[in-house]
Amino acid sequence: MKTGASPHVTEDLAGFREVQRLAYACAEAVAAQLVPGMTERDAARLQREWLRRRGVRDWFHLPFAWFGDRTAFTGFRVPTQFFPSGRRLAPGMPFVLDLAPVYRGYTADVGYSGCLGPDPLHARMLDDLLDHRDLVLRGVRERRPLRTVYEDVDRLMMRQGYANRHRAYPFGVIAHKVGRVRDRRRSPRVLGFGTQALKGLASDALHGHREGWSPLWSPYRFSDHPPAPGLWAVEPHLGFRGTGVKFEELLVVTDSRDPEESAFWLDDDLPHVRRRQAVGRDGQEGTGR
Amino acid sequence: MNAFGTELDGARERRVRSGGVELCVAELGDTTDPTVVLLHGYPDSKEVWAPVARRLQERFHVVLYDVRGCGRSTAPSPLRGGFTLEKLTDDFLAVVDAVSPDAPVHLVGHDWGSVQGWEFTTVRRTEGRIASFTSVSGPSLDHFGHWIKERATRPTPRRAAQLLGQGARSWYVYALHTPVLPEAAWRGPLGKRWPDVLERSEKLPKGPYPTASLPTDAAHGAWLYRDNVRERTRRPRPDAYAHAPVQLVTPTDDAFLSERLYDGLERWAPGLVRRTVRAGHWVPRTRPGQLAAWITEFVDRQEDGTTAGPVRRPLSAAGKDGARRYGQRFAGRLVLVTGAASGIGRATAFAFAEAGARIVAVDRDAEGAARTAELARLLGAPGAWAECVDVSDEAAMEKLAARTAEAHGVVDVLVNNAGIGVAGAFLDTPPEAWRKVLDVNLWGVLHGCRLFGRQMAERGEGGHIVNTASAAAFQPSRTLSAYSTSKAAVLMLSECLRAELGDRDIGVTAVCPGFVATGITSATLFTGVPEEEQRRLRERTTRLYGRRNYPPERVADAILRAVHDDLPVVPVTPEAHGLRLLARFAPRLRRAVARAEPRL
Repeated sequence: MKTGASPHVTEDLAGFREVQRLAYACAEAVAAQLVPGMTERDAARLQREWLRRRGVRDWFHLPFAWFGDRTAFTGFRVPTQFFPSGRRLAPGMPFVLDLAPVYRGYTADVGYSGCLGPDPLHARMLDDLLDHRDLVLRGVRERRPLRTVYEDVDRLMMRQGYANRHRAYPFGVIAHKVGRVRDRRRSPRVLGFGTQALKGLASDALHGHREGWSPLWSPYRFSDHPPAPGLWAVEPHLGFRGTGVKFEELLVVTDSRDPEESAFWLDDDLPHVRRRQAVGRDGQEGTGR
Repeated sequence: MNAFGTELDGARERRVRSGGVELCVAELGDTTDPTVVLLHGYPDSKEVWAPVARRLQERFHVVLYDVRGCGRSTAPSPLRGGFTLEKLTDDFLAVVDAVSPDAPVHLVGHDWGSVQGWEFTTVRRTEGRIASFTSVSGPSLDHFGHWIKERATRPTPRRAAQLLGQGARSWYVYALHTPVLPEAAWRGPLGKRWPDVLERSEKLPKGPYPTASLPTDAAHGAWLYRDNVRERTRRPRPDAYAHAPVQLVTPTDDAFLSERLYDGLERWAPGLVRRTVRAGHWVPRTRPGQLAAWITEFVDRQEDGTTAGPVRRPLSAAGKDGARRYGQRFAGRLVLVTGAASGIGRATAFAFAEAGARIVAVDRDAEGAARTAELARLLGAPGAWAECVDVSDEAAMEKLAARTAEAHGVVDVLVNNAGIGVAGAFLDTPPEAWRKVLDVNLWGVLHGCRLFGRQMAERGEGGHIVNTASAAAFQPSRTLSAYSTSKAAVLMLSECLRAELGDRDIGVTAVCPGFVATGITSATLFTGVPEEEQRRLRERTTRLYGRRNYPPERVADAILRAVHDDLPVVPVTPEAHGLRLLARFAPRLRRAVARAEPRL
């Protein structure tokens, strides 16, 4: 695909797509193995092992898993609460898997929501979540300031009746930039985050600071700029009375003048997108699992 | 002659013989429907159930009988030893065999009726004859015996307090063990005064109840206590496990029975369904509608063979306690919320839906209201409906009240929440803005209280009204004169109404939230500024409120707590508490704060 993006992005889209697919395959495989009684740590370990077996050695961040009302970040105040806990899965419980492997120098950061058993409310929330996928893309294509797009998302969530839970993320981000990471033999981590990836984010922040943009997409003033070209891991997160759903996937932003080419989702063949095609726009069945 | 004719119109009466007595049995409704047996307490006769029976007879085959020695049943001779639970079980089986020989019956007992019901539900020889048991204000004497033993043998301060509390409430039990005197009192002055006592202490309306047979009923009934209480509480049966599903209805203001009496009852009755109601002891008289609804729901659930009921969502450990408390109180109740399309109104509708209440979501934003109703159903509300009404429109509100009563019944909890914001100096506020804010914030509440409050009062089964005021009701401000005035009026209205409606068991609460992140800021009218500035101010305040990030869900929790505990004025956020304290203890500081001009 020819786009006007910065060269390293254009050439590498296939690589990013591959690792994103790998990450979603992992999420689906682990989701299928979840049974009542498992803890979040078990789920996180399953993801780590699955990816290690397929050659992943470095991470943007180590896999997370949230069960029950932790999917909606109920009572989250300090960052350590993000890490997988001993919360056990029970029938009917929602869960969210969040993983960000680095594979052959390419990074993905994906989020996957499911529910252990059918739950019409969870299904409804997954349907509503997809509206944000369209909304974000539209806003970015129109080159509106990221802060404004963020506020649009916020407003839509409020209208839908949900709470915006990505506000609970560090800096309240709805998205952050990702890029290529140099393959090193050793890949040290700090608090679950890969140092290579953090280094990339830091250098983006430095460049961005000089050029007037930020690699973090937040509700704050530093996000008051049009979308910067590159790859953005976008993660809208809905919360509703103890149930949370999110997706996270890569959005490609280029400097092309053509709206279609100026921004697009890296891959449309993902579980949450396929779900919409399977059940139709107003379908009520399906649990997202 | 008792008031049979006026209270149980159209009942078919028959007499059933059992162990030397003749029992007077009345039947209502179609005999092919499931049979519900209503059993009265002390000192009552079957007529105590009349209002409930009338509500149940459309759906069920309702059977009532006078316990031996009461009403028009004959008394055993001699009286001593004639009222043991074993003999009462014989009576029950005789009645059930006569009225429903082929199918087990659904039993409902109040007071001593419930004490008997526990006996019937836990002894072997009635197994297969009882399909379900609803217990109202009457523990099993065996469970009570174990309860006392546990607290007496291992007394912690809390357990000792529970024991002493119930001990004090049981004064009448000791009194009834005195020979002769109780009988004399009942046949003499107490019997005459009893209707007045009930009217004053229990707010029972004067009428055909209690029946004329009261003095004899009460005198004979003293033997219920003498024949059973000491015996059973001293040597409780160790195997008193229920063999039928049990629903427990606990009135919270019962003068004779502590709520704590039912702690750990799940041990004896697995799968116990608990319901609480804010009422005194005589629930069959004071809350017949609510009781009939719970009985119907419980019986239907057993008849359908579904034990699940409405969707139960897995809850967090923290949320479980509240959900259980609120679920017991609000399940199946009808809650109407105005301004339900967003913010506090919507969150409140969801919180009630989670507790199993039925929801009417009212807003002038039809789409938002519909959305609230839809999500409320997904959260577990047995029913949720959206209504598009402007609360300031008197005619529309009148129609809404009539429509709601017609379709869903009388509202149990009314939340007058709809409101708009107006900000700006008094001299910059045009009369239209004043009119608008008073129309919605004050008149909207007035219409709600007037129309739905009247329905509640006429029904006579209590209820609750919540009015959303604001922390601005405590604190004057140079930039919020119109808004604060409207909210202060709502606060005063609520307090006045509480004084008036308290006599009818209708609680009134004014909720004063504070700075809560809702849609009100993005629709607030800023007076005296150009259009462009207006937009900027809206965005700015919305952002500020967003940064404050106090979620409407917490206001909703405060509202549920206020209704549950019947609180008068509820400040929610810390600043609301602070401003209230300021208003009380530092009025000069409060005036100084009022003069400060906020920078926006």
